[in-house]
Amino acid sequence: MIDAAALRTEFPILHQQVHGKPLVYLDNAATTQKPRAVIAAVVDYYERINSNVHRGVHTLSQRATDAFEATRGKLQRLVNAAHEHEIIYTTGTTGSINLVAHGFRSLLGPGDEILVSQLEHHSNLVPWQMLAQHTGATLRYIPILPDGSLDLDEAQRLLNPRTKLLAFNHISNALGTVNPVKQLTEWGHAVGACVVVDGAQGLPHRPVDVQELGVDFYAGSAHKMYGPTGIGMLYGRTEWLEKLPPYQGGGEMISTVTMAQSTYAGLPFKFEAGTPNIEAVVGWGAALDWMNAIGMDALMAHEADLMAYGTERLRAIDGLVLFGTAPEKSAVLSFGFEDLHPYDLGTLLDQQGIAVRTGQHCAQPIMDYYRIPGTVRASFAAYSSREDVDRLGDGVERALRMLR
Amino acid sequence: MSTLEILKAREAEVVEEFEFFDEWMDRYEHLIAQGKTLPAASESIKTDDNLIRGCQSKVWITAEKREGLVYFTADSDAIITRGLVALLLRVCNGLAPEVLAQADFGFLQEIGLTEHLSPTRANGLQSMMKQIRLYGVAFQAVN
Repeated sequence: MIDAAALRTEFPILHQQVHGKPLVYLDNAATTQKPRAVIAAVVDYYERINSNVHRGVHTLSQRATDAFEATRGKLQRLVNAAHEHEIIYTTGTTGSINLVAHGFRSLLGPGDEILVSQLEHHSNLVPWQMLAQHTGATLRYIPILPDGSLDLDEAQRLLNPRTKLLAFNHISNALGTVNPVKQLTEWGHAVGACVVVDGAQGLPHRPVDVQELGVDFYAGSAHKMYGPTGIGMLYGRTEWLEKLPPYQGGGEMISTVTMAQSTYAGLPFKFEAGTPNIEAVVGWGAALDWMNAIGMDALMAHEADLMAYGTERLRAIDGLVLFGTAPEKSAVLSFGFEDLHPYDLGTLLDQQGIAVRTGQHCAQPIMDYYRIPGTVRASFAAYSSREDVDRLGDGVERALRMLR
Repeated sequence: MSTLEILKAREAEVVEEFEFFDEWMDRYEHLIAQGKTLPAASESIKTDDNLIRGCQSKVWITAEKREGLVYFTADSDAIITRGLVALLLRVCNGLAPEVLAQADFGFLQEIGLTEHLSPTRANGLQSMMKQIRLYGVAFQAVN
């Protein structure tokens, strides 16, 4: 079991006051805080290593390249990819999905269908809308059920031989629903669709084995798993990565360049044009080590405890409506009150030093489904504690006394 | 009293009210109380034309001119925002268009509201103030 109080000592940012109250940080689904080990790795990179990767024969460049590629290896092991070249560095989950969506521009046409779930973050929705617009393909949606899980019967009905792409998230950022990735992937493959999974919330909260799940693409972001912002990954199965054309042109992604034409580098460099965010990759490596040292089992047990405790605490509050009550949920408590705007609650929580997210959580179709302007979302990380939940519960009750 | 003097007197009154509270939670409580006293506007004003952009919560505002003075009707779907709306209306209602067109709403800064609000809410407040000034300008033009 995780000792949250001990872990917190590793996070300098958590030890501060906001509006004169000790900070309670419950916006971890938006971004997690960074442990000293990660901050130190980034500083160390600039103090000792900084150089461009894959270029120079000089020692610093070698060191930078080694550190840069070491993280790729850690990510390969994290998701159990068959090959290291199947891990592409991107700017984040959004960048990863855009890479795939852009690549499919030459592979789709009118009559083809893209099936996306209604549970998606805009980052796994807008790129597909753009792809549909560009190619003339049709976008269809897997609807959600009142508990915030996907309507799997409808998913099966919607999948057909015209479905060329199936995209959904591992875990919903807005509601915390954990989706049956393996099941959906099997159904997708049965009709010949390419399966793309948004793992932004999946990677920090669940073990991921892309070979066992069978997915074709799996995207994630470092900053949601204790690492730096501006860096992410795309796992892609070799055959798909070879089929997709390069996303952006530039240095690093080419093999030969003449005035007439260029030939592209092999995987993964074909998709990594330009100087990458090396410091962030190095910091991510430290974050992965940090998570590994705790272990996913301990992280999940800690999270389950907070979810049970938090759900009970919030349910005790008069009139509170919990959005997302699927049997399998992860690290997110999304809630509201029929007569109150989430923004009012969020403001009064902030005044008490409690950081939550309010609004649509970049998932407007979900809010439309529930016919609400948004929710208040508390989301947990390794350093979250029962005391945080208590402060949240008390804070909500105080806000209610003021607002009603 | 000219309507400019009325505006200044009202602003001073609001500042005095807020300065009474040391704690920001109490100031918010006062703001919420203001929001609760604002009469609910009829649904007919809640149109896209009257909607102010730039708020996470929705704000609708409309105005009419009677006997040379401007009267506002406004509402919001969030209570704290309603409080801000109520404050603005309390200060601005029944003033001459040329006074509104020039209003700088300095009292909000004096209270510390503009800097204490979250950026999105502060943007919304800026949009509301701008809209009130625009109504002032527009009503100056239609004598």
